[in-house]
Amino acid sequence: MPGAGPARLLAELRAVPAPASSQEAVSFAEHRRRYPAPPGPRRNGDAPQIDLIDLIGRSGLSGRGGAAFPTGRKLDAVVHGRGPAVVIVNGAEGEPASGKDRLLLRRLPHLVIDGALLAAAAVGAERVVICIDRTSTAALASVRRAVAERAAAAAGAEPAVAIDVAATPPRYVAGESSALVQWLNNGPAKPTAAPPAPRQRGVAGRPTLVQNVETLAHLAQIARFGSEWFRQTGTPGEPGTTLLTVSGAVARPAVIETAIGTPIEHILASAGGLLGEPPALLIGGFFGTWVPTAAARHAPFSRAGLAPLGAQPGSGVVIALPEGACGLAETARIMAWFAAESAGQCGPCRYGLADLAAGAASLARPHDGPAAPSGQVARLRRWADQIDGRGACHHPDGAVNLLRSAMRVFADDLAHHEQGWPCRGASAPPALHVPAVHSAWR
Amino acid sequence: MSTHLHLDPIACEGHGVCADLFPEWIRLDDWGYPIIHPDPIPADRLAEARWAADNCPSLALRLHTRPPDR
Repeated sequence: MPGAGPARLLAELRAVPAPASSQEAVSFAEHRRRYPAPPGPRRNGDAPQIDLIDLIGRSGLSGRGGAAFPTGRKLDAVVHGRGPAVVIVNGAEGEPASGKDRLLLRRLPHLVIDGALLAAAAVGAERVVICIDRTSTAALASVRRAVAERAAAAAGAEPAVAIDVAATPPRYVAGESSALVQWLNNGPAKPTAAPPAPRQRGVAGRPTLVQNVETLAHLAQIARFGSEWFRQTGTPGEPGTTLLTVSGAVARPAVIETAIGTPIEHILASAGGLLGEPPALLIGGFFGTWVPTAAARHAPFSRAGLAPLGAQPGSGVVIALPEGACGLAETARIMAWFAAESAGQCGPCRYGLADLAAGAASLARPHDGPAAPSGQVARLRRWADQIDGRGACHHPDGAVNLLRSAMRVFADDLAHHEQGWPCRGASAPPALHVPAVHSAWR
Repeated sequence: MSTHLHLDPIACEGHGVCADLFPEWIRLDDWGYPIIHPDPIPADRLAEARWAADNCPSLALRLHTRPPDR
């Protein structure tokens, strides 16, 4: 991995081509050879061995699911809630272009479970629920085997913390924390309006910690190796490594581990380099931002490094738009996905995203399609302004952000398209994979 | 302490009554759902804001005396 930081989470796995479905999980015995039983944060009646919440706070770890919330503060909020807590391991990974959480669940389930149990002990939880999208069958099977291995190793001893594995509905917003909570409380896997936030009243009314899979794997390593170790790589403001899923026009699409702040061109090199001359990169995933490749090349992959480009790391995704593909047409297909993935609860999301997607499609139309209605670009901008920030969750905001970035980065194409002269890429076969949308909410 | 109008976007069904009752702070988007002015409600307009909230058929509009926790 030229230019990439030290492999930490993936140290046991070496190079990981994606998909790596044939590869086995690291067993509990192998895992314990590398990671002896983690130091418990507290034991009954004993003084705390380590104060995990303080340790995590000092490490600077932030959530790797997309929102990048400081993990220490999240733990602290839950530990101060009323009554015994619940820990949800969020392995829904609804971002279509991301595969890193599934990789961890499939190959390193015990590192993730270590993290979940440490977090549970730190916030006083008696129950851990590992939530995995039900279509991620390999990840589900691997984690179920891992939980069974631990039960067998305990040889009948009553576990201090119960671990359940839950197969969640295969919907994008089902991975939103309040949606997971509502689903675990026997409702639909749709976001709820705050308050109360899950940290206050979540599963069965208990304070609930919802933590991304990768975040918990980092937490397990920090508990073992310390906060200073964690800060030895990454940037002072955003320490540590991060997992990235790199796809599109690269030679070896892959999940890679890199120090936060690694320049994007090094990340692309780790994935075998660009194929041809991709005009733009989609950074952060479908919930991300188009950036011209030339502008992105030297940018450090971090919140601070991407901010000047108007982009964010999101869940750690880089997609290279193949040379010759039409960014507007690809965006229109993703907009249709956003509209179809709406939970349909909030008016601006339910109706607005459908109109945005139809408008984007009419602009991206192939040569033989109907001409875009005049004023379409202005109309799309007005709708984007009206939709932004008006959902109970951030689903509509993601759609708006993506469309705005496409209109900015592909501005020349946009003018041509609107005047009825679409580029030839618009009638080419789709370049980026957009998944089918399932209908189940329970 | 400031008072804001807070909308529960899930509960809102787009009846549009609020925009009729308090157009200075509430307008409708292209789909008929309310867009609320972000500024706090001044004291001399609180009665109108309360009137709009109390008449929401979906009970989706409320007055909050501080920004909602989210």
